[in-house]
Amino acid sequence: MSKFIWMHGALALAMSFPAWAATDADLAEIREQIRQLKESYEARIQALEQKLKDAETAKSAPAAAAPASPVAAALPATSSASGIAAFNPAISAVLQGRYANLSQDPSKFAIGGFAPGGDIGPGRRGFSLSESELAISANVDHLFAGNLIVALTPENTVSVEEAYGIYTAAPYGLVPKFGRFFSGLGYMNEQHQHAWDFIDAPLAYQAFLGGQYANDGLQVKWVAPTDQFLELGAEVGNGDNFPGSMRNKNGAGSGVIYAHTGGDIGASHSWRAGVSYLQTRAEDREYSQLDLTGNNAQVAFNGTSHVAIADFVWKYAPNGNPLYTNFKLQGEYFWRRESGDFTYDVDGALHLTNTSAYTSRQSGWYLQGVYQFMPYWRVGARYDRLDPGHVDYGTNAAYLDAPAFHPERSTLMVDYTPSEFSRIRLQYGQSKTQAGMTDNQLFLQYILTLGAHGAHKF
Amino acid sequence: MKSHSQWLLVTLVVAWVGPAAAALNVFATVPEWGALTGELGGDKVKVYTATNPLQDPHHVEAKPSLIGRARGADLVVATGAELEIGWLPLVTQQAGNPKVQAGKPGYFEAASFVPILDKPSRLDRSEGDVHAAGDPHIQTDPRNIARVAGPLSARLAELDPENAAYYQTRYKAFAERWNAAIARWEKEGAPLRGVPILVQHKGFTYLIAWLGMKEVAALEPKPGVEPTTAHLSEVLATVQRQPVKMVLRAAYQSDRASQWIAERAKINAVVLPFTVGGDDAAKDLFGLFDDTIERLRKGLQ
Repeated sequence: MSKFIWMHGALALAMSFPAWAATDADLAEIREQIRQLKESYEARIQALEQKLKDAETAKSAPAAAAPASPVAAALPATSSASGIAAFNPAISAVLQGRYANLSQDPSKFAIGGFAPGGDIGPGRRGFSLSESELAISANVDHLFAGNLIVALTPENTVSVEEAYGIYTAAPYGLVPKFGRFFSGLGYMNEQHQHAWDFIDAPLAYQAFLGGQYANDGLQVKWVAPTDQFLELGAEVGNGDNFPGSMRNKNGAGSGVIYAHTGGDIGASHSWRAGVSYLQTRAEDREYSQLDLTGNNAQVAFNGTSHVAIADFVWKYAPNGNPLYTNFKLQGEYFWRRESGDFTYDVDGALHLTNTSAYTSRQSGWYLQGVYQFMPYWRVGARYDRLDPGHVDYGTNAAYLDAPAFHPERSTLMVDYTPSEFSRIRLQYGQSKTQAGMTDNQLFLQYILTLGAHGAHKF
Repeated sequence: MKSHSQWLLVTLVVAWVGPAAAALNVFATVPEWGALTGELGGDKVKVYTATNPLQDPHHVEAKPSLIGRARGADLVVATGAELEIGWLPLVTQQAGNPKVQAGKPGYFEAASFVPILDKPSRLDRSEGDVHAAGDPHIQTDPRNIARVAGPLSARLAELDPENAAYYQTRYKAFAERWNAAIARWEKEGAPLRGVPILVQHKGFTYLIAWLGMKEVAALEPKPGVEPTTAHLSEVLATVQRQPVKMVLRAAYQSDRASQWIAERAKINAVVLPFTVGGDDAAKDLFGLFDDTIERLRKGLQ
C-alpha cells in the first residue's frame, strides 16, 4: 500500500514537472525529493532482501526449528481425549496356556450314564495353549452398548463366544440383551472360563449343559425397584446347543427363565442365590454308547430336555476389603428331565435298529470354596457328584443297561495372583467319571489379561 | 371383596411410587460424596453410600446389593477419574436404570470439576495399578470439596427443580462455613509446610500439595502393589540420607508396612481417616479435615 503511494507520488511529480517554470531553488528542491525517494526505496529493498534471506535460512534448517515448541512436547501422552482414537472401544486379550498330566487317556473321556455333548473333558495331555480370548466392548450410542468376545482356539480356529448388544435406555428396570450370549441361568454360566476359580467346569455343567450354555437370541432382565436386589430374566434362543440341537424351524428353539436375589449381611458378607429353568429340544442328538454285549452302538435321542438349577454364592471379605483375605463359597444343584424317542443302533451297524419311548431324570451338584489366606495367594477345594437317577429305555432296555454309577471328582487348587491381570494356578483333581477308572489330573495354568478388560460380575 | 382388592392396589401403588417422590434418591460411590450430598441436599435427599469408610476404594465388587440400590437411584455421585472403573460401569449397566447411565443428568462425576494431579506420562501396567486419568483421591484437599459442591448443588436443583431454592440456600450456607473452615485449617496446618514425609500408598497427593508437604517416597514399590521387604529396605536407606517426619497411611490400609518403617526410621506412623467415617472423629466433612490436620500436627512432634 505504501509502495503504491510512493509510486503515485513520483508519477505525479514527473507529470507536473514540465508545467513549471523551473528556478534553481525549485530544481534543488526536486533533486532533494528524488534523493529522499531513492534512499527510501533502497532502505525498503534492503529490508525485503533481509527478509528473504531469513526465510531461506529457516527453510534450510527445519530440524533446528523443531524444539522451539516446548508446549507440545510437555503435554502428557494421555491428554488426547479428542480425535478418532478417543472413540476406540475397550479392547483386551486374555492369554492362557497350561501343562496337563493325566493318568487316563483324555480321548476316552466320558461321564458314565450321561449323554455327552458340547465341550467336555479335561483336554489334551502335556503342554498346550488354551483358548485365547479377544474382547471388544463400548457404548454404541445413547441407546446401546455392544460387546464382542472371540475365542481363538489352540487348533487355530476362531469362534464367536459372545456378540451381543444391550439396550441401555429401557425404562421400568428392563435390560434387553440380544445376539449371542452366555445364558444368565445358574451362577457360573455367565462367567468366562478365565474368571473361573478352577481350570475346568464342574462336572454338572459338563453333563447337563455341555460345559457352558450359550444361545443366539434375546434376553430380557427385569430388576425389581426394591433395595433388595431381585432380578427376573427370560430368554428365547435358537436352542442349537447341548442339551438341545440344531433344528430347521422358525420360532424359538429354547427358553430360559430365572430369578436371582442377593444382598449384604453386615459390611463383610455378601451373597446371591437363584433358581433357573431351561427348556429345549434335541433332534437326532447322536452319540455312541456301550451296549449290554459290549458293542459301541450309535444311539440317538429325539425329544425335550428340561434343566432346573438352584445356585448360591456367599463371599466373605473383612469389612468389604478382599485385598488381604477373603473367602468364597459357591454351589449349584442341577436336575434334568428328558423325554422323547430313543433309537438304538441308529446307523444300523449292528443290524438291531430299534426306536422306543425314553425318559430320564438325573441330577448333580458341586460345592466349592476358595480362600485367600494372604495377599495374592488363594487355595481352593471342590467336590463334584452326579446322580444317574432314573433312565427308562423302554424296549431298548433289551440292549442298554440303565446306569447305576455315580460319577464324582475331588479337586484342590492353589493360585497366585500378583495383580488383577495375571494368575498362575496349580490344580490337582481325582476324577472318577467312569466305573473302575480314576483319572489323576495335574494342571499348571497361566492366565494373562492385556488391555482394557471389563470388570467381572459378582 | 372388590373394594378390598381396590384398596390393596392403591396401597401397592402408593407404596411403590410414594417413597420415590418424597426425596431424591442418591447413590454415592464413596463416603465423602455421600456426606457432601447430605450437606447440600438436607432432608430433600436420601443418600445411600456404596462403600464403607474402611473399604479400599480400589477393590470393590459389583455386588448384588449395589445393583439393587442403583436401580432406584435418581442420581449417582461418583468420583470418576477411573476410581470406580472396576465396578460402577457394571452396576449401572445391570441395574436397568437409564437415568444414571454415564452422560445422563443422573450421573455426576466429581473429578471433572477439579484440576487432576499426577496424570501419568507413561501408561504401562508394569508401573503398577496406575490411574490413567490421574490421581482420583481428590477428596484429601478441602478446596476440591468446595469445587465439587457448586456443580453438585446445581445438579440437585436440575433434577429436583421444585426445591432449587432450598438447595441454593443450603449451598450458600455450606460454602460460607466451608471457606471459613479452609482458612482455619490452612492456619493450623501452616507448620506442616515443607515437612518431608513418607506415604504408604500414593493416595494423598492432593493433601500434600495443599499443605505444601514434601513426599519423599512411597512404601508401595508400585501403586497398588503390596510393600516388599526389599523395597522397604530401600525406603529406609533413603530416609536415613534424607530424614522424614512421619509416614502416612489411610485408615483402610494394613498397618504392617508403616509400623515396620516407623520403628526402624524412628518416625511417627500417622493414620489418616482418608474419608468421612475413617475414624471416630471424622463424623462429617468438617470432622474429616479437623481430624486430619490434628493428626498431622501430632505427627510433627
